Formats: sequence, structure tokens, C-alpha cells
Amino acid sequence: MAQVRLDNLKKTYPNGFKAIHGVDVDIQDGEFLVLVGPSGCGKSTLLRMIAGLESISEGVLTIGERQVNDLEPADRDIAMVFQNYALYPHMSVFDNMAYGLKIRGIDKSEIRERVKKAADILELTDEQLSRKPRQLSGGQRQRVAMGRAIVREPSVFLFDEPLSNLDAKLRVQMRIEIRQLQERLGITSVYVTHDQVEAMTLGHRLVVLNEGRVEQLGTPIELYERPASLFVAGFIGSPAMNFATAQINGQGTAVALPGGAEFTLAEGVYPSHADRTVTLGIRPEDLTLSEKAQDNCVLTASLVEHLGADTLVHGHFGTDQTDMTVRLSGIRRVEKAQQLPLEILPEKLHLFDPESEKRLA
Amino acid sequence: MLKRVHFGPSVLPFLLVAPQIIITLVFFIWPTSHALYQSLLIEDAFGLSTEFVWFENFEVLFEDEHYLGAFERTTIFSLLVASSSMGFSLVLAAMADRVIKGSMAYRTFLIWPYAVAPVVAGALWVFMLDPTLGILTYGLGAMGYEWNHKLNGGEAMGLVVVAAAWKQVAYNFLFFLAAMQSIPKSLIEAAAIDGAGPVRRFCTIIFPLISPTTFFLLVVNVVYAFFDTFGIIHAVTQGGPAKSTEILVYKVYNDGFVGLDLGGSAAQSVILMIIVIGLTVIQFKYIEKKVEY
Repeated sequence: MAQVRLDNLKKTYPNGFKAIHGVDVDIQDGEFLVLVGPSGCGKSTLLRMIAGLESISEGVLTIGERQVNDLEPADRDIAMVFQNYALYPHMSVFDNMAYGLKIRGIDKSEIRERVKKAADILELTDEQLSRKPRQLSGGQRQRVAMGRAIVREPSVFLFDEPLSNLDAKLRVQMRIEIRQLQERLGITSVYVTHDQVEAMTLGHRLVVLNEGRVEQLGTPIELYERPASLFVAGFIGSPAMNFATAQINGQGTAVALPGGAEFTLAEGVYPSHADRTVTLGIRPEDLTLSEKAQDNCVLTASLVEHLGADTLVHGHFGTDQTDMTVRLSGIRRVEKAQQLPLEILPEKLHLFDPESEKRLA
Repeated sequence: MLKRVHFGPSVLPFLLVAPQIIITLVFFIWPTSHALYQSLLIEDAFGLSTEFVWFENFEVLFEDEHYLGAFERTTIFSLLVASSSMGFSLVLAAMADRVIKGSMAYRTFLIWPYAVAPVVAGALWVFMLDPTLGILTYGLGAMGYEWNHKLNGGEAMGLVVVAAAWKQVAYNFLFFLAAMQSIPKSLIEAAAIDGAGPVRRFCTIIFPLISPTTFFLLVVNVVYAFFDTFGIIHAVTQGGPAKSTEILVYKVYNDGFVGLDLGGSAAQSVILMIIVIGLTVIQFKYIEKKVEY
């Protein structure tokens, strides 16, 4: 168990490509931190730098009290779960889990005890322990890979997209298991994923990475409620946030779309931004049907998707052609071209500077 | 309903397979059947009279201590060639697998010897280790070792082993390298995180995972040492001195074309044929067992 500190970590490849542009994160003891971002954003590279599989070009990495920049992976007191599990195919499940312990020269009876304990936690039977990895299902292999990490009793767990090779149902189940396991063992964990649902459900805190830079660091709720940039706003949440170019009025009290729809802004927050052109962000689930039938906030439906629990309505406000998605709970009979009066709470509106793509106020 | 398509009789398919069939008949079936028949005959040296003797040629062979000696020599020779060329190329492949810069150049240079004909490879080593002219002989002499494979049977064996193994290193290297590169990189990384150093990783992860390739190469190398080394031996020692490098395939040539004992020589080649069939069966049987990663 340990704190992990990333202090201005940078990675430059020999061909001059900069993969990571200075990342600062303090990971608390026992914290579950998720690195999330689209493919190619550098999240796996960052994880591999923590593991010691990629060299650190600049900056300082400390695990516990030790600076580990130049230590071999084996000496960093970490364990890693790989995307393809990386189980040794010629060894039995037991030997797979015992391999790291054998190398560390731990005596046989203790190895057996520790493997047994890990197998119990992961509900692997004795019969499964004697099998080869290829005789196991995807979910079982996943468990073995985690077992191999657990038996080592490391200070830090590293997960590199461990659920991406599983089918959707198993993924949800394993996600819960990983979360429970981490809470039970209380080991500091760093988890890489491109799946925002996984990120939101697993992490105590999330780091959203984009092109090697930290876009935002915060709890899942913070990221959802107050995304710091257009990128984070668009990345977190499903269906994705609606964006439209809009204009703040002269008093800073309302924001209007070119097509005529107008939304009241939270009081006293935006006076300094009066008359500005902004990018308006609205989460599909924040729009609700209005009883008052305000005629300036009416969506013309163009496509309706019934998901059962929710109904997704695609359409546009007035004459503005920007596509908007609205998520209404339950089953709603909405016809094509139907006019839906909508409303939204002022504090649910997200305003971004179109130039810097950063959040306003 | 789908219409069933009928193809009319055509000579084209027969024409297309004809070259392969003709080559097989002329260069394989005909000589093989001839050897099989001839192994049952005793012929006088001038080819004037032949006598059908059933398996007498084989009986004579298995009582001939020269033949049994050649058998033993061939076994030693092929084991030495296989182990030295495979061992050496395994080390080279393990090192080339780790190299990142200039790996293409290494690979190209290491593959070159395979393109050299056996006789030329033999000639090369003969020149370098000639007792009177050879540059390596000179070097050994300077270190106080007098090399003369024309008099010393052990040295002669060493020389043909080195020449035969050198030529095979390239082939083995290619297969070992391909096998090593097909091991997922994450396995090696997992082992590194588990605390295994490079040597330990090689012994406990890489070597077991390439074992199917190792087995395949073992069979290929033994077959090579048994049959394809004729050119090397002919160029380097002609089986001498005092038959110390006369392996089975060279004895077939020596007894048949030099000694003119055609029946005995044919019987020997039939035995070699049985050995190569056996090795091929083993190879096919075990090579089918694939290892999954």
C-alpha cells in the first residue's frame, strides 16, 4: 500500500514524438484512479511508464517514499493486469499465479497458502487451478490474471483495459468484482480504459487524457456536473452532450440559439460575459418536457429511438439546424415532426469559450 | 432452384498436373524402385552377370562392422551438427530478438550462409583449415596447436561438423527468430513485472514456448546431417582419413560408385530411405500438435 506521485511526467519517443506532455497527479493510498481517454491519448503509455515498461523522459515518479524512475519493473513493487491477460500458456493456473513468488524465493508452503487464498477470493476451484489457461473461459482467465496480481501483495495494482476482451454482460459483472476486490484489499490502483461507463463506475477519481495532456482530474460527479472543457463534456456521458453555438444577451441573463430558442442563465454568474458568442452544452437527460409550453423552446422531433427505460428524441430547436438529442425517461409516444416544449434548469447549462474550449465561470 | 453446373471432360487439368507427376516419376519413383530391385541383386563388377539373392545384401550389411561403424559415426555426426548449429542459432536468435537498431542488417547477414551450396561451404572451410596453406591453421600454429585434419580423424570430424553446422545456422536462426517474435510481448512484460531477469525469462517462458519449433528443427537438422552433407564431406575429407568421416550417405557413394558393389550400395540406400520415412512420420505426427498462446 502506498501513495503514487506523478510529478510533471513526460514521454518523448526517440523519433521525437511527444506522447505525454507533463502529467501531475497525486494518487492517495488506497485510491482507485482511472485514466480515461480516446485511443491514442497516451493513457496506456502513462500506465506503462508507472509500470516501468516504458522509460520516463522527464519528471519524477514516486511510489511510497521511493523515487522509482530508474528501477526495473520487478523492483517497483507493482502488479499489472494486461488487456490480453498475458497468462503463461504452458503453465497451469497455479503455476501462473505462483511464478512471481517462486522467483522471489518464497518457500513452497507459503506459496501454496497465498495462491490458495487468492483463489478463494476469486472463487477459483482447485480443479481450475490445475488447468492450463487455454482451457478456461474469458472471465476465468481474467480472474487468474487478477489472482496473479493479488498473490504478489504489491503496493500498487495497474490495470491496462482488462475488460475490453470480454462480452458486454461479463464486463458489467467483472467491473463490479474489480471494484469490490479493490475496496476489500484497499490497494492503490491505477486503471486504464477508453470506456467512460467503466471509468465513471470504477474510479474514486478520474483523469481525462487528451493527446498526452490532462484535460481534467476529479471525481466522476465533478466531471459530469462541471466538465472543465468541451473535450471532457463530450467524452463523459452517454448519449453525448449536445453542443450548439449560442449568443449571451446584453444583460448576461439568458443565452439564445440562432434559431430563436432561449434559455435563462443562472443569476449573477455571467454578467461579465454579456454579448459573447459561446458554445452551449446541454446534456440530453437535463432537458425535460415543459407544462408551460414556452413557445421559444420547442424541439421539432425528427427521429425517435425507444430504449425501453428511456426514449431518445432527435430534433432541432426552431429554425436552428443543429441536431439535439433529448432523453426522456420512460416510454413516450412521440411522432415525427411533433413539437415538444422543453425546459431546463439554469444550473444545468454548460457554457464554453469557443476559442479556448474551456468552461466559462 | 440453383442450376447445377456441369463441367465437360477436359484435358486441361491433366496437362496442368502432368509436369509434377512426370518429375516425381522420373526423379523419384523410377530411381527408388530401381534401388529397391537392385538391393536384391548381386552383380559382378563388370556388369556382365547378375544374380537374384533376396535379402542376402542386407544380411551381409548388418554383419559388416564397417557398416555398423558408419552407422555409429553418422549418429555422432548428426547429433553434433544438430546440437551445435541449433545451439548457436538459438543464442543468435535470442540476441537478434532483443536488438532494435539495425535488426534488418543482422538478419540479412545471418541468413546469407544458407544460400551457399554445400560443396562451396566445404571448400571454404578446407581453404581456411588446409594443413599447409590455411589461414586458421596458421593461426592455430601460432598458438602452438598443430592442425592436420588429413592425418587426424578427430580433427577431420570436427571440421566437417563445423562446416555442416555453419551452413545450417542460418536456417535455424530464421525459424527460431520467427518463433520468438510470435510470442506476445505482454507475456515477456508480465514475466519482467513478476521479477524474472532476461536469462530467467528465456529459460522459463521463451524456451518452453518455442519448443514445437525446436522439435521441428531437430528433425530437419538430423535429416540434413544424414543426407544433405554429402557435398561437404566430398569436398572436405572424402570420408577420410581412414574412413573417420565416412557417414552412411557417403558410404553409399563409396561402395557403389567407387567400390562398384551395386547391390550392397542399393541395400544401404534402402535402409537410408526407411530412416528418412521414419523421421518424416515423426515430424508430421508431432508438428500437428500446435501450441496455443
